[in-house]
Amino acid sequence: MLTHASENVGTIQPVFGSRYMVSPIPRFELPEEMMSKDAAYQIVHDELLLDGNPRLNLASFVCTWMEPECEKLILEALSKNFIDFDEYPATHDIQDRCVNMIARLFHAPLAQNEQAVGTSTVGSSEAIMLAGLAMKRKWQQKMRQAGKPYDKPNMVAGSNVQVCWEKFARYFEVELRQVNLRDGCYVMDPEEAVKLVDENTILVCAILGSTYTGEFEDVKLLNQLLLENNQKTGWDTPIHVDAASGGFIAPFLYPELEWDFRLPLVRSINVSGHKYGLVYAGVGWVIWRSKAELPEELIFHINYLGAIQPTFTLNFSRGSSHVIAQYYQFIRLGIEGYTLIMKNCQDNAQHLAQKLKETGMFNIISKEIGVPVVTYSLIKKDRKLYFTEHDVADRMRQYGWIIPAYTMAPNLEHMHVLRVVVREDFSNSQVVKFVRDTKKVMDFLNNEESVSSTLCAPTQDQGIHSPLDHGYHSDGHPQVKHEQLHPQINHEQPKKTIKEKWKNFHWRKSTEARVTEARATQPKKIKSSTGGHFGGRVC
Amino acid sequence: MVLSSALPENHYASDSSLHSTFASRYVQDSLPRFRMPEKQIAKEAAYQIISDELMLDGNPRLNLASFVTTWMEPEVDKLILQSLNKNYIDMDEYPITTELQDRCVNMIARLFNAPLKDGEQAVGAGTVGSSEAIMLAGLAFKRKWQNKRKAEGKPYDKPNIVTGANVQVCWEKFARYFEVELKDVKLQEGYYVMDPEKAVELVDENTICVCAILGSTYNGEFEDVKRLNELLEAKNSKTGWDTPIHVDAASGGFIAPFLYPELEWDFRLSCVRSINVSGHKYGLVYAGVGWVVWKSKSDLPEELIFHVNYLGADQPTFTLNFSKGASQIIAQYYQLIRLGFEGYKSIMENCRSNAKVLCDGIRSTGRFDILSKDVGVPVVAFCLKDRSKHDEYEIAENLRRYGWIVPAYTMAPDAQHISLLRVVVREDFSCTLAQRLVNDIHKVLEYLDARPPRLVEAVAAAITHQEPELSSEIVPEGIKISAILNETILGLKSPRRLGSFKTNGVC
Repeated sequence: MLTHASENVGTIQPVFGSRYMVSPIPRFELPEEMMSKDAAYQIVHDELLLDGNPRLNLASFVCTWMEPECEKLILEALSKNFIDFDEYPATHDIQDRCVNMIARLFHAPLAQNEQAVGTSTVGSSEAIMLAGLAMKRKWQQKMRQAGKPYDKPNMVAGSNVQVCWEKFARYFEVELRQVNLRDGCYVMDPEEAVKLVDENTILVCAILGSTYTGEFEDVKLLNQLLLENNQKTGWDTPIHVDAASGGFIAPFLYPELEWDFRLPLVRSINVSGHKYGLVYAGVGWVIWRSKAELPEELIFHINYLGAIQPTFTLNFSRGSSHVIAQYYQFIRLGIEGYTLIMKNCQDNAQHLAQKLKETGMFNIISKEIGVPVVTYSLIKKDRKLYFTEHDVADRMRQYGWIIPAYTMAPNLEHMHVLRVVVREDFSNSQVVKFVRDTKKVMDFLNNEESVSSTLCAPTQDQGIHSPLDHGYHSDGHPQVKHEQLHPQINHEQPKKTIKEKWKNFHWRKSTEARVTEARATQPKKIKSSTGGHFGGRVC
Repeated sequence: MVLSSALPENHYASDSSLHSTFASRYVQDSLPRFRMPEKQIAKEAAYQIISDELMLDGNPRLNLASFVTTWMEPEVDKLILQSLNKNYIDMDEYPITTELQDRCVNMIARLFNAPLKDGEQAVGAGTVGSSEAIMLAGLAFKRKWQNKRKAEGKPYDKPNIVTGANVQVCWEKFARYFEVELKDVKLQEGYYVMDPEKAVELVDENTICVCAILGSTYNGEFEDVKRLNELLEAKNSKTGWDTPIHVDAASGGFIAPFLYPELEWDFRLSCVRSINVSGHKYGLVYAGVGWVVWKSKSDLPEELIFHVNYLGADQPTFTLNFSKGASQIIAQYYQLIRLGFEGYKSIMENCRSNAKVLCDGIRSTGRFDILSKDVGVPVVAFCLKDRSKHDEYEIAENLRRYGWIVPAYTMAPDAQHISLLRVVVREDFSCTLAQRLVNDIHKVLEYLDARPPRLVEAVAAAITHQEPELSSEIVPEGIKISAILNETILGLKSPRRLGSFKTNGVC
């Protein structure tokens, strides 16, 4: 008789010969019994095979490759709790050094060897909430002192901001005033932004590297306009720069560009270590211009080894590997290494944009100066396409590429775009392969379009036309075409049924239906609830 | 033949690949601390430099101060390494990871007896830790309360929350950052958890929730959630309010269901609406994962939820953090299916029995009072019976010399004169290590007994030096000191000794 002895799995019994492989995996309830570790490993590991391959995920800025040496450091530090300053002082010292380096990279006005004000976070989301909270509290204090009401704070940002600003606004009860984008200008217009500022504005947020196109917003102009406004009104509206993606691009590629603490109104900056900071997901940074920008009441003092350590975080216990990995990258690469990598990214992005443009099928929306992303959309010209950017994305997935299609921000919802983020590990040879696969996909879609439009001809009255409809079967009964495509179709069946079947089959897959459906649902789901909307989950 | 002694200028650059790490120029320079270096350095060198510097950190395994897991099976390490480059929030690209999270939420909710039908998806979220979990739960209570007050046309600008003074610092953070007043029930000597009666007295119509702790930070004791529930139910029915309970089960959430299944503290109680638990404590995963579960959908205001649409399915999300690694979630699922109820139960039983071994060992020295209870999270909290010569801080410092990290803390406000040592017994703290620790405590006590009180010693020396006329009070050889002077000196506290649990960041 065959028995499954659980003790022997992995040692004697092969994992795939064990009972675990034939019983359903627990999904709702903690299982009663133990499972051998080999089997547990194999089950979890194998199921994860169905996840996308992070390296081929061109949707995200988040770093997906690091040197094996750094992975070793990460693994060694897995069991260290970052918040245990007392037990792991060296780790904490490393965080302080990273803060110092980033603050100086952003030109914070610091004396030599002066400790900068900032902290590491889990990501830009936490960083933004901390920065927003500091500005909110500062504004509250000011208003309280002036004897004015302080219950209606607001903030101003472009509608291209990341969803976490919306979260901040909703969770911390701040009104979010958005500057809408318009055709041709996909970033916040500083003039419009300053118009929205009033006495209750706790901050204006400028984005260095817009989520949509990677474009840098004009922080310098914003600073100038806001300075004038402040002078006129006597307010002191500060700027926060959300440099999540651009913070490690601008200092290396465009050192002359003034967007950071060189501008007097920029009081805090956040940057994602896990984007172009080149560390795996799980580290962000927030830097304040000076101590004065951080209200004392928000700081919790932790006492370690006799020294008082101020902390300002939303999270408490967390791993310390990412902070260590960040320091590794800083000292390993230096300014030289970062510059080389960013230059490569930029070159590859330009190359990709060029190649895509050459296909003659795409508009390039992203700018040359900015974060190395390529945002593009289909050229529609005057003919109506039967597929959208979403279909291109879908088909690209079959070749392994993950490039989601998005609708643009509010006010530009008619625009659909594809976006490729060029990370350091996206090499030139991959660019070539990507363009090749794009061409294949476009050939397929163009071909499918002609077929499906032919076959869907009877739906002409629903407003669907194709140039191919005319001439071939103006009578609206394209049976000849059917037989050519499917010679095995039973000729004795009533023609109409075949047609219906074929139509239904194709119609279900047809993009027009999906587009109609998407359009019907989208207006309800604004930015926060996105069917493939940029703001929803882009990171 | 003349041997040139001068090295060519590009000596290091020319053959740097040949150099062993410690022969390279990188180990000559001090590490950059304030500015990003101009030049790159070899990856081996960068690795070695950082890794060497981290040697000075304490050894996590010997850190007995923290609940946070420091050991996992090598198979999990492998899974973690494989998923390091996965971003948890990319639900569209990594749908399986998202599903594993949902499964964990389901299992935990059912473990806490959430009223769920077969196959029904539980309401909850994976977080970075209990801190985020608590803020999310607190935010949900606050918003629910605000909505209710708004609907009733009453003011909604003065919310408060009732807890014991023994709560973790993150409740204070929540209160301060989200503008909620924190009303804490003071502790008293001999009773180190929140008194339910007093807590309910503090409840008013502006109370968004009462927080009960399952596994107090100080001594691991469980608060009496059942009694709190009874009292609160009575008060609610009298006043017509609907004050809910949140259970902070950060440390006890994975203990109680396995060791004390009869204990009613979870969703079996009517007022308990949400529970948080740290996956990285007795959930047995490395630092970086926590969970929050709600009793039902109606306890989570819709306006706080952000919807993400992935692969055609609607995925509601409620988090403070956005991008983060996916590995901890995967590791948690591994532990849940690998260990099952049986595995968790036997690990927790081991922890309890090792805690008992340690507790007995410490008691047998005859020098300590044990402050922890038998029922509770497996920690051993103890303080000196006689503090006239040496205090707990000196014991802690001396234990460090043997490699142990056993910090000493002062109790919460109102019991601040009590300081204590606390050892957290984790799964990787075996009986052998427990016995060794007892031995080392013996040695430390012997060592300290042989020495005069350190502070007394120093102050006495200083006094004899500066104020010769006082030296008559001090007998030089044995450094005996007059009782009055002794008391004065022991009364002096160094800043370090003021550190209480909260300001020491216990986790």
